[in-house]
Amino acid sequence: RQELLKWNGWGYNDSKFIFNKKGQAEFTGKRYRLGGMVLPTFKEWIEKTFGASLEHKTTSRASLNVNDVPPSIVNEEFLQDLRATKISHSQDAEDRVFRAHGHCLHEIFVLREGMFKRIPDIVVWPVCHEDVVKIVELACKHNLCIIPFGGGTSVSSALECPEEEKRTIVSLDTSQMNRILWIDEKNLTACVEAGIVGQDLEKQLAESGFCTGHEPDSMEFSSLGGWVATRASGMKKNIYGNIEDLVIHIKMVTPRGIVEKNCQVPRMSTGPDIHHFIMGSEGTLGVVTEVTIKIRPVPEYQKYGSVVFPNFERGVACLREVAKQRCAPASIRLVDNAQFQFGHALKPQVASIFTSFLDGLKKFYITKFKGFDPNVLCVATLLFEGDREKVLQHEKQVYDIATKFGGLAAGEDNGQRGYMLTFVIAYLRDLGLDYYVIGESFETSVPWDRVLDLCRNVKERIVRECKEKGVQFAPLTTCRVTQTYDAGACVYFYFAFNYRGISDPIHVYEQIERAAREEILANGGSLSHHHGVGKLRKRWMKESISDVGLGMLRSVKEYVDPNNIFGNKNLL
Amino acid sequence: TVAKQTTEWLETVSHSLFVCSQQKELTTKKRDEFEDILEERRLSSDLRYAMKCYTPVIYKGLSPCKPNDIKSAVLQSEQVQYVIKQLAKEMGESPDIIQEEATEILDEMGHSMQLGAVRFFAFTLSKIFKRLFQRVCVNEEGMQRLQHAIQEHPVVLLPSHRSYIDFLMLSYLLYTYDLALPVIAAGIGKADFLGMKIVGELLRRGGAFFMRRSFGGNRLYWAVFAEYVKTMLRSGYAPVEFFLEGTRSRTAKTLTPKFGLLNIVMEPFFKREVFDTYLVPISISYERILEESLYAYELLGVPKPKESTSGLLKARRILSDNFGSIHIYVGQPVSLRTLASGRITRSPYNLVPRHLPQKPSEDIQEFVSDVAYKMELLQIENMVLSPWVLAAAVLLQNLPAMDFELLVEKTVWLKGLTQTFGGFIEWPDNLCAKKAVVSGLTLHSNVARLVDGHVVLNDKGVEDGAIGEIVFKRALTILMCATYRNQLLNVFVRPSLVAVALQMTRSFRKEEVYSCFSFLRDVFSDEFIFFPGISLKDFEEGCFLLTKCDAIQTTQQEIYPTDKGSVTVSFLSAMFRPFVEGYQLIFRYLSTETKEAFTEKQFIPGVRNFIFQLLEKGNTQCYEALSSDMQKNALAALVQLDAVKKKKVSNGFTYSVNQEAVNKILDMFQARIPVQKPVAARL
Repeated sequence: RQELLKWNGWGYNDSKFIFNKKGQAEFTGKRYRLGGMVLPTFKEWIEKTFGASLEHKTTSRASLNVNDVPPSIVNEEFLQDLRATKISHSQDAEDRVFRAHGHCLHEIFVLREGMFKRIPDIVVWPVCHEDVVKIVELACKHNLCIIPFGGGTSVSSALECPEEEKRTIVSLDTSQMNRILWIDEKNLTACVEAGIVGQDLEKQLAESGFCTGHEPDSMEFSSLGGWVATRASGMKKNIYGNIEDLVIHIKMVTPRGIVEKNCQVPRMSTGPDIHHFIMGSEGTLGVVTEVTIKIRPVPEYQKYGSVVFPNFERGVACLREVAKQRCAPASIRLVDNAQFQFGHALKPQVASIFTSFLDGLKKFYITKFKGFDPNVLCVATLLFEGDREKVLQHEKQVYDIATKFGGLAAGEDNGQRGYMLTFVIAYLRDLGLDYYVIGESFETSVPWDRVLDLCRNVKERIVRECKEKGVQFAPLTTCRVTQTYDAGACVYFYFAFNYRGISDPIHVYEQIERAAREEILANGGSLSHHHGVGKLRKRWMKESISDVGLGMLRSVKEYVDPNNIFGNKNLL
Repeated sequence: TVAKQTTEWLETVSHSLFVCSQQKELTTKKRDEFEDILEERRLSSDLRYAMKCYTPVIYKGLSPCKPNDIKSAVLQSEQVQYVIKQLAKEMGESPDIIQEEATEILDEMGHSMQLGAVRFFAFTLSKIFKRLFQRVCVNEEGMQRLQHAIQEHPVVLLPSHRSYIDFLMLSYLLYTYDLALPVIAAGIGKADFLGMKIVGELLRRGGAFFMRRSFGGNRLYWAVFAEYVKTMLRSGYAPVEFFLEGTRSRTAKTLTPKFGLLNIVMEPFFKREVFDTYLVPISISYERILEESLYAYELLGVPKPKESTSGLLKARRILSDNFGSIHIYVGQPVSLRTLASGRITRSPYNLVPRHLPQKPSEDIQEFVSDVAYKMELLQIENMVLSPWVLAAAVLLQNLPAMDFELLVEKTVWLKGLTQTFGGFIEWPDNLCAKKAVVSGLTLHSNVARLVDGHVVLNDKGVEDGAIGEIVFKRALTILMCATYRNQLLNVFVRPSLVAVALQMTRSFRKEEVYSCFSFLRDVFSDEFIFFPGISLKDFEEGCFLLTKCDAIQTTQQEIYPTDKGSVTVSFLSAMFRPFVEGYQLIFRYLSTETKEAFTEKQFIPGVRNFIFQLLEKGNTQCYEALSSDMQKNALAALVQLDAVKKKKVSNGFTYSVNQEAVNKILDMFQARIPVQKPVAARL
């Protein structure tokens, strides 16, 4: 798998944005619907939004310079013990660098232009629960540091090795523990090894006619164990639930031993749920090896949809109403105007005059006839799932609500494109990096009544901070409401700017991101909805969960892992 | 101990650094140029001006709406509905009835801005202002900054309050500069202002809205009012304007701030309903205050005529009078977000729904108070001082008459001193000193006159009439004259109190002088504007300014007047003598003449009689102690110093005196006992 993926960017090697010989943007590869298509207006959008120009280009190192990589320091006795277990392992520089990072901006930047100060000394690939038990035992025996590694999609600096760690760091790659152990059709559960990657899990379950329905945006690369360790959230949580709703049983190997429950039941009252110590523990307590997860029959029918609203306020009001009536479709998302325009810029060249004529007609209807301002309007994308009849019924209900808030149905195609874009958008940063544009996403959850204020204030704060920090071009700040709950919503921000003329862009970027987080907290938003804390957001933990709360977590850590074998220093 | 010494040392160093930076500020203060807006009015048609195309710049996030939409938004708001429901439950009444009441309150209070009324105002005010005033000067750069600010964030205008002209003038000014007219939270007593039916209604259509001056425990009123103001701000509909001082200062001395309204306008930011809020201090200085004699009467306890419409018509007489120039200095907009950064912990606002009324935490209260004082100090900084203000200050030290040449000489000397202290003097058209003083005397002929090369107080009729009448007349004139000197006081208060302390302690030891300074600062905390809790800094600033004008020299432990500085020191201390003496008289009254608990209504006439008698007998010359303003402040000071107990009763407050404590304070004043040492460790 490592071969298929970029070493210094997001996703597959063959999939990326490029500017072709005509200077037009194009997305390569055949993996996505956008693959191989020319995007005629995209270049203009980039130039307009960021003030970037194709003439100003930075280039990443073409490949890893092995000489830069910190040497692997592993004690011989441990190596001997490890060999005896027959667990495959590697001290190869590329293998180690690949597992030394997640996908935070600064990490990718380091890959392109520098080198990490500290990376794992050795990578091990256990193939089953027992292997993990052995590795943890060895680590305890030799006093090593283990950092579990799943899909490597972390965006919280969770995979970064603590620089001051003197012990040998073992990267425990779970990718070879990727089997579905059993499927229980009567109870609709499946026991799965934790290293399985989202898309493989769904593919394999689909062969038996099932799915988990858990689809985080990173599902192509992220792993089941990673979801558990970060308290992940999936796009379709309205039907299937977030990871905490999906998990029935967890097996985790800790330095203290194995932790698990004695039964696989939907709910139990046996004190605080130990699953909740594990979910969100971010690799600080042990390695999740096996998870029993709920499954559902693959839905008979899927339908995308989209609604245009005259402005963001109306859109949020509509989502709130949908949540109130508890009739949210599998997924409902509201993108603001900037993101709508961005989506527009990613429209491929149209095949025929007829479609282009239709597009024109639609645009005319919405902007001229209905009086929507194209620089203010926003779009909600919808995904319905279930049996056909119910879907259609459900669809009508949602569109009826939308109409009350001034929404206009804008077609299936726009909806589908919206969801496709969330997968593709991650590739965009690599293109930006080539042209002095850096950016990142961050998220939060917030009570309904504060959604609008938070979105506005965070954007404004970013713009202001950029100005103060000497960023010479107006930044792109855009947000979308990606999840609705009874009591609030999840809001997702993208933020990017052109850093030409700044000597230390990463530092500036981090300061601004920090200010944005401060702003979120001041507006009553959470530290994180699903990305987790890692090392990036640790400083706010105390404020988030109180002194005592932090002490509670610390005492669990102290009991479970007194010698800090799982020493990635996340969270606490 | 080493660690302790080190931290102390560090504190000293950082403190002196702080003071240094502040001193730099004092010397490099730069102010904008003024522009006379009446000049153009005198040259071109008022009618055309009133009918000009008026398209004010607006807040960038504004969604357009009508006054009525705002009213219904206020009524329907969760905040108001919550209080309505609560009240309905408590009083066992139907919510509809209370809702009805709320609607009435809103109608009484709410503004309804109509362009026609605005144009009518523009026309009439042009006419009136041109007759009343010679010039209306504005710093145009300030207006430009304001214009920029209005587009950026919601804006709160915080003008000083010396006259009813203040808000008329400010609205007029904004109209002239094509800015959105402010909605004004002007206080109204039961009858006084709304009683002016026609004018009141016109003002309302011009955008003013009104707040009852006292609505005691009326929760509904408070809820409706607060929500109304906040809705204005959140929507960015128009700048909100109110007076920090709460009421017109009758003495031309800035009043200590009121916090209620400031609390309200800051709340949308605390709750992050807006990204930021700009607070704009505005200093409006009058060369001659329209209500000057009214104020003097009022301070002496003679009931003022009600401000009814007919009363205002009678005031036509005034129209033929000359009131000199007005200077309006629009200060730098201050970002509330910047002020709050690092000071406000946010969690209290995150854990309670935002529409619930919430008593501000101590942190917040302290912050609001700090901001209020800061804004008032900014107002003071840009108040324009006329030559007459200087002359009045000199004259009051040389009563009843003084040689004209000497007055001129002293006035020029005081000008230099005032500038050293950072005062903002506008010397008209580089007039020579003599002419400037003469022109001041002409403008204020009701206060003082030039007779045979001598300047004398204009207290006509003093010679004949009963002794009581003589005292009264004299007091009236002195209080009017003091109104002008008073404009200097907040600029002079820090160095002057150092000077007073130097004389009181008769010691050069820095520590003792500081103790005395700090005592005086506490006693006068309602009389002058001090930023809370920085006594030491104030002291150092005072010392610094005195050093700067060569009045004192300081060493590590000592402060002493220089040879030529003794004149300055005596002048400065004489400037504040009316307060030092006046307070002692009032304290004496309290310590000897009051036995039982009393109300303010009983206190004022009591103390007035007491002082009146002393004046009649010639036992004191301190006419200013007759001022009810000083009397109230002195009482408030004793309450703060715990020498008087203030107790809430059903309709107001009662006071009871702790004789012993008051005597002790009196003793400190007379330097019979040393002032108790405050913490002077860092000196």
